[in-house]
Amino acid sequence: MNDRIRKLREQSLNATPEISIERAKLLTEFYSSDAVQQYSTPIVRALAFKYLLEHKKICINEEELIVGERGPAPGATPTYPEICCHTVKDLDILNSREKISFKVSDETRKLTETLILPFWKGKSIRDKIFQAVDREWIDAYEAGIFTEFMEQRAPGHTVAGKQVFQKGLRDFQDEIQESINNLNFFTDPEAFTKREQLNAMHIAAEALISYAERYANLARSMASQAQDQQRKRELEQIAQICEYVPANAPRTFWEALQHYWFIHIGVITELNTWDSFNPGRLDQNLFPFLQREQNEGTWDENFARELLQAFWIKFNNQPAPPKVGVTAEESNTYTDFCNINIGGLTTDGSDGVNEISYMILDTIEEMRILQPSSNVQISKKTPDRFLKRALKIIKTGFGQPSVFNCDAIIQELVRQGKDLIDARLSGASGCVEVGAFGKEAYILTGYFNLVKVLEITLHNGFDPRTQKQIGLKTGELSDFKTFDDLFSAYKKQLKHFLDIKIKGNQIIEQIWATQLPAVFLSIIIDDCIKNGKDYNAGGAKYNSSYIQIVGMGSISDSLAALKYHVFDNHTIKLPEFVKILDKNFVGSNEFRQKLLKETPKYGNDDDYVDCLAHNVFEVVFSLVDGRPTSKGGQYRINLLPTTVHVYFGSVIGATPDGREAKMPLSEGISPVQGADIQGPTAVIRSAAKLDHLRTGGTLLNQKFNPSLFHDNIGIQKILHLIRAYFKMDGHHIQFNVVDAETLRAAQKNPEQYRNLIVRVAGYSDYFINLGSQLQNEIIRRTEHQSF
Amino acid sequence: MVSGIIFDIKKFAIHDGPGIRTTVFFKGCPLKCWWCHNPESQNPTPQKYISGFKVNETIGRIISVKEVFKEVEKDIIYYDESGGGVTFSGGEPFMQPKFLAALLSQAKLLEINTVVDTSGYVAWKLIKSMLSYIDFFLYDLKLFDSKLHYKYIGIDNSIILGNLKKLLQLMDYRQNINIRIPIIPTITDTSENLTQIRDFLIQNNFSGKINLLPYNPLGERKYEDLGMYYKLGYIQPPSSEKMEEIRDFFLERFNQCIIGG
Repeated sequence: MNDRIRKLREQSLNATPEISIERAKLLTEFYSSDAVQQYSTPIVRALAFKYLLEHKKICINEEELIVGERGPAPGATPTYPEICCHTVKDLDILNSREKISFKVSDETRKLTETLILPFWKGKSIRDKIFQAVDREWIDAYEAGIFTEFMEQRAPGHTVAGKQVFQKGLRDFQDEIQESINNLNFFTDPEAFTKREQLNAMHIAAEALISYAERYANLARSMASQAQDQQRKRELEQIAQICEYVPANAPRTFWEALQHYWFIHIGVITELNTWDSFNPGRLDQNLFPFLQREQNEGTWDENFARELLQAFWIKFNNQPAPPKVGVTAEESNTYTDFCNINIGGLTTDGSDGVNEISYMILDTIEEMRILQPSSNVQISKKTPDRFLKRALKIIKTGFGQPSVFNCDAIIQELVRQGKDLIDARLSGASGCVEVGAFGKEAYILTGYFNLVKVLEITLHNGFDPRTQKQIGLKTGELSDFKTFDDLFSAYKKQLKHFLDIKIKGNQIIEQIWATQLPAVFLSIIIDDCIKNGKDYNAGGAKYNSSYIQIVGMGSISDSLAALKYHVFDNHTIKLPEFVKILDKNFVGSNEFRQKLLKETPKYGNDDDYVDCLAHNVFEVVFSLVDGRPTSKGGQYRINLLPTTVHVYFGSVIGATPDGREAKMPLSEGISPVQGADIQGPTAVIRSAAKLDHLRTGGTLLNQKFNPSLFHDNIGIQKILHLIRAYFKMDGHHIQFNVVDAETLRAAQKNPEQYRNLIVRVAGYSDYFINLGSQLQNEIIRRTEHQSF
Repeated sequence: MVSGIIFDIKKFAIHDGPGIRTTVFFKGCPLKCWWCHNPESQNPTPQKYISGFKVNETIGRIISVKEVFKEVEKDIIYYDESGGGVTFSGGEPFMQPKFLAALLSQAKLLEINTVVDTSGYVAWKLIKSMLSYIDFFLYDLKLFDSKLHYKYIGIDNSIILGNLKKLLQLMDYRQNINIRIPIIPTITDTSENLTQIRDFLIQNNFSGKINLLPYNPLGERKYEDLGMYYKLGYIQPPSSEKMEEIRDFFLERFNQCIIGG
């Protein structure tokens, strides 16, 4: 990297995450105006967006090539009081907590107390949601049965499609106008509602164009004062680019990146649409610009690389908005989950790897920053060379890029009813979630705690922690004569709680749909314009709502332990077993050792327990998949945890697999930490017994000792391992290439390991930024050695 | 059904022949190398192992061919993908000839690639009788001088060298053998020994790969746990410079020589 990039990268790495009150302040000003009473909800949202973009502070950082920040400066992170209004206490916690802290200035604190809080109290989506849901929902939520994504984040899980790179906002405005012209007020009872929505989209598009013009003006005035001739020219170029995009479709590589970046800023300024809005299949989307510039003789590869690096740094400048409460527990990270896809297939089904794919891999390796996250899409047509190049980055131990089975993803999407071409244009985002890029709202609605439901089942519907009867009365322990009796009680409890979750979703999604539309995001996701309908209200071509299932390894091992010891070998009676769990194994260490060491464990290619994993999967699948959402879509499942396996573990007492009370659960579909002792081929075989093709994503993490990646032979064998997993329809795999000794040393002397990055779940993070529970959880994962 | 005694089955073995393999470790070895880092493989019967962690564990178990394949078959998809298969190691697999022959023929029935990791201290007719079932050999050469061989390993090496010579006369095996040389400082790493080994391989038209296995002192602890005496005493593992020097020495005359498995 050259000096400029080195400087920008340092600036990004050194930026202290701080809360910027600017957005909250501007929004409160706007909502205090008469406009709110004058106009319909979508128009109000569009005008609010316009107000923000007209008044937010803009900056062009020193030597920057790609311009625009979410906050007033790198690391400055806005809040979204219309969604979740932080209390002064929240701010104090954010300011003082040890991990993932945000600096809070006195001004921010004061404004929050005097202006923001008094205005938004009771009006935020979060307040409305907790008002609207049933008591049983609240009880289950508080017990830790599930979490709720939309209580402080917008339902934003979607990714830019290639149309974003092919059209300017003026083109979208033409489409909006056409859609308005096509409205039939005589036959369509929703025609007026649609016109309001479409007009709002038009205003929002205009707002972003004007925002870019502000940048053009700033760049021009900076150019006029610039002493350095080269910088002067650059600033003039920046001004020209900002005048052209995002209004018009980009023509050059540089314009394409700046164009996307403005769109990105628009999406993340409008709402805190986590997770994951990102440029999608970036190598595919940028390739036409390379070809065009090569044809026209303007292609400068070195400069293109510099631009890509500058583009990467822009992502890293934007920490995820600060979360509070359970949401902070389930996703405690600065990462905003932009996960850029490369590789995969083209629309006609041929190999999609191109020159840009390799340039992006170089960028990932050289930048070595947390954001954006990145992944390689591997199909059976993908050349080994590409996968090997990716493995050579993975072996450096920062968990990027992650590795996806593109052929499986396409099958998953086609099973859900997507067009094959749409599926080929798709990929994975967030952690491992599949979606039709540019065409789908695929909302994560919350994590679901499989293991907690077993605990409730073993207590006849009673939660020992909150001391409430929250489940059904499915039987006393002595009633369960066979394992099937117990399992069918567990199934009933699963149904009970999944129904509560889904009913809650139906309510919460409608609150969003009617009260907080995403009018800007709706412009760029097909077919919101055509349908005259908001992204949050089901306007997209495809709409899916996900429940993310957590604790597959822990539930399988727990059920196996019950089956093995109580029902098959009769070494202990069920009531006695549960009594031991209630006492957290105090006085029963010998029995606990038996549970840990002499009981079948998921992850060892042992059908005794893998069948139970399979059965749990099938039950949950049948209870969720295909059910209709309130927005005209379907419910789906995927299996990923972010950091929720730590929180979910903290609400559960001791479990039959030998896990002590409050300890973390297993993550993703990975085995319980340390339970897999037969090596990676066995883990992968166990994981592949779940039917990945009927999910919207699964997450398998493996920890390898660095010696395994030592030479080309090792890398070749890892490549075979991945190919074999993908042959078995595995969805995703990722590696931590680090030894436990290093991690322990980092715990002891964190200041010496500030740059140590590890794979947590579907994302990477600085090891020293993780809570100690999570650090220990990662250390306990089995470390596969070579021998 | 034929049974035998093994002490371990390891999956994802990546240094025991081509591709991803499952390695079956036979118990029992006619050699007693001073530096042996798998001393539990020497005694042909199950034995007690007492360590801090694993109290009174028994090393070694009787297992049928069927039971072995129940594990081996699980990873067929990996063998197919990587060109791997099953490796019979030990110990000395040929010490349980009926068991080995039954395993090999079962592997061939299932079209699984086979590797035998041998010390070469076996009657030629036994090797010959199983040749049609063996795709690949890992063949140890430790010391060329027969007196030194007797001193450090406890047996004469003429059978070992003789068998290798015969194998190398069969065109099929010239490339399908990996020669494995443990590099034990002051014992096997002398220029005399290495020159003799190299000359022998040249004379016999060897054209496969050579693995140089640096001395690994980790085995020492196990001797204590097994109630065995570690004759070697403490030696430093060879430096990486020394290993590279030896590798280059072999690379002068052979195409493939690597440090490690």
